[in-house]
Amino acid sequence: MDFLNDIPWLLMLSSVAKTLFLIFLVVLPLVSYTVYAERRVSALIQDRLGPNRTGFPTSLLGFKSDLQLYLGGLGQPIADAVKFLLKEEFTPGHVNKFYFWMAPVLAMVPALSTLAVLPFGNYMFGQKMVVADVNVGILYVFAIASVGVYGIVLAGWSSNSKYPFLGGIRSTSQMISYELSLGLSAVPVLMIIGDLNLSEAIRYQVENGWLLLPFTDGKLTLREVLLWFPVFVSFVVFTISMFAETNRLPFDLPESETELVAGYHTEYSSMKFALFFLGEYAAMIAGSSLIVVLFLGGWHLPFLPVNTAETSLTLAGGLLGLIHITVFFAKVVVLLLCFIWVRWTLPRFRFDQLMKLGWLYLFEIALVNIFITAAVIAFVK
Amino acid sequence: MAVTTQQFEQPDTLAKTQAGLQHIATGSPVAGVATDLLGEKLILNMGPSHPATHGVLRLVLEMDGETITKATPDLGYLHRGDEKIAENMTYNQFVPYTDRLDYLAPLANNVAYAMAVEKLMGWELPPRGQAIRVICCELARISSHLLGLGAFAMDTGAMTVFLYTFTEREKIYNLCEVISGARFTTSYTRIGGMTRDLNDAFFPMVHKFLEEFPPSLNEVDALLSRNRIFVDRTKDVGVITKEDAISYGLSGPNLRGSGVDHDLRKRHPYLGYEKYDFDVPIGSAGDCYDRYLCRVEEMRQSVKILHQVLDTLPRGPITVSDPKNLPPSKTAVMTKMEELIHHFILHTEGLDAPVGEVYFSAENPKGELGFYIQSKGGGVPHRLKIRAPSFVNLSILPKILPGHLMSDVVAILGSLDFVMGESDR
Repeated sequence: MDFLNDIPWLLMLSSVAKTLFLIFLVVLPLVSYTVYAERRVSALIQDRLGPNRTGFPTSLLGFKSDLQLYLGGLGQPIADAVKFLLKEEFTPGHVNKFYFWMAPVLAMVPALSTLAVLPFGNYMFGQKMVVADVNVGILYVFAIASVGVYGIVLAGWSSNSKYPFLGGIRSTSQMISYELSLGLSAVPVLMIIGDLNLSEAIRYQVENGWLLLPFTDGKLTLREVLLWFPVFVSFVVFTISMFAETNRLPFDLPESETELVAGYHTEYSSMKFALFFLGEYAAMIAGSSLIVVLFLGGWHLPFLPVNTAETSLTLAGGLLGLIHITVFFAKVVVLLLCFIWVRWTLPRFRFDQLMKLGWLYLFEIALVNIFITAAVIAFVK
Repeated sequence: MAVTTQQFEQPDTLAKTQAGLQHIATGSPVAGVATDLLGEKLILNMGPSHPATHGVLRLVLEMDGETITKATPDLGYLHRGDEKIAENMTYNQFVPYTDRLDYLAPLANNVAYAMAVEKLMGWELPPRGQAIRVICCELARISSHLLGLGAFAMDTGAMTVFLYTFTEREKIYNLCEVISGARFTTSYTRIGGMTRDLNDAFFPMVHKFLEEFPPSLNEVDALLSRNRIFVDRTKDVGVITKEDAISYGLSGPNLRGSGVDHDLRKRHPYLGYEKYDFDVPIGSAGDCYDRYLCRVEEMRQSVKILHQVLDTLPRGPITVSDPKNLPPSKTAVMTKMEELIHHFILHTEGLDAPVGEVYFSAENPKGELGFYIQSKGGGVPHRLKIRAPSFVNLSILPKILPGHLMSDVVAILGSLDFVMGESDR
């Protein structure tokens, strides 16, 4: 039984703890409250109120009347979840059952899996605040994110119905073409950082200033100024591609509700539908986190001391670790609000225009950008 | 007892198969036989319940990938037999049915119908009555165009515009309520006049609306008109040439978007439209974008007309003076014998309409709404035909849809701005 001693129990336990913390305490509530934010922010944009009075129906628990506790509608996500869970789990007769059931899982799981390598904080309790500190972080993210396409494609295919089918076709070509520019626009960043590990990306930005805001370390060199331009181009291309990758408007063609009814999830109901729905938001969170890590310094806040594995065991260091986590998710939330803002402002692209934008503009820009970055790195010290 | 048999047409499967095989062998379809044995085309049934068909239009689309190769509109899902219903009731009783034609502009329908019957009677309203009807028509035009605009924007994905326009429409509904007592099904006109004069509360409200509306419209304009995505989606999409627009009998903004300067308010002025100063916007390319711009500009012109009408609103009666054919006042009915008998006869037998045939058409928001009335005398029309602009406008779909992408279909449908209640009647 010697091999039991070789298993790194502590590492495994801490990984599990971090996963549980990240998924169940942070991301899933964040997902459901992003949906709430979407409804409230869209209402704000459209001169409406949105769900502002969902309380808790205490009358269901035997009380005489409902508690008049509206909390600005914060109970809405809970009500939504309960509604989805209690709805009939209906599978139409004409679908391919295996793939039909697999598709929602494939939509949700990759979105959550990508979060595994994203460092959401520095150190807490002596542990690095990342579930898996792998040295191919960004490659892992792209690899896993691509799997998310299968969820949509399989949903469209297995539904055995025309509107979902068209939605599936659209998403295949859309996501494949946008993954290219997504990957290529991240390359300049990786060249500057010189490492694929996302924790290293943040360490670099802590030392040299955020890539998008290079003055955050208090000094500005010629190299940083020159590199800022390709980094900015990268950021724009990356963000646009991320919109396309997460199927958000103006790129929400696979589910464009006025054309394809509901696109690939037309035939889905209850919790299976909710998984697609939440998967989209989880992908948004993953995408925003990636943008934060690559361009906006991750958990780093300028002029705030950075804790280490040792100091994080002390009270001050622990608090600092907590602040880092908060800073990270605050940045993510700001980006999520931008996602929402764009969705309720812009019309939708047409399919061919979308492909044209992806292949004729973003792809070329990202490619040229790599060479510019390389030139700056090579010639400016 | 004679036995009758009915012949059903059996599809000649053998001929069809042979034609299909020949199609495969030669690569060209056999004339007269519909085959797609290669299975390359997708038949997509769009509607009757589809978010972009604004009601119950059904389109059978034959698609090659995402490109439409053939489109067949299928109408009639909302057919209620309005024209037949009209033959079974007096002229005044039909007014509520006109609310339900173009249900986005019931006031304008009421006016058009009343005008048609008044033409049969040979009546002309006094100036105040006409001015009030102009107010009704222009409010209805703004209301209808706002919805058309909002729905069009929503079809291209800009959901927010839809809610902005609905906020403004809400104010028009409030005005409708003050005018007629009902927000939606107004039934405001009677043959020879209106149910009531304008309320005192109406004027401050309409002035407030006319003040608030243009900035709000400018906001929508700013969101869409120069938005690159929106322009890309609508420019050169669904182009209707001038010739096509005329030969398919389009009317309203759809006709003017194609560059035909035809507005009944200018061509055959009615209700004293010749007194008001307004422009008729016309497009040049005839695409979705031009039709959109036409509607936006028409709303601005409507505001202009409304300002003029309100400034020059004459005093005086609102109904024609034909005591024989108009209901007496309620007080008189309740207190005088003669008037009671008159009231009873008028409401059972209807008007005393002359024998004859008339056609009257008005420039409604959706286009030329025409009523053709054939009268054999008495209070009931012998035949009443409604020329519904939406119905005619939809006839161009099979012509313009092929060659476009699936996404363009919704943009084109949105830009044609039809309403099925009117189309199916």
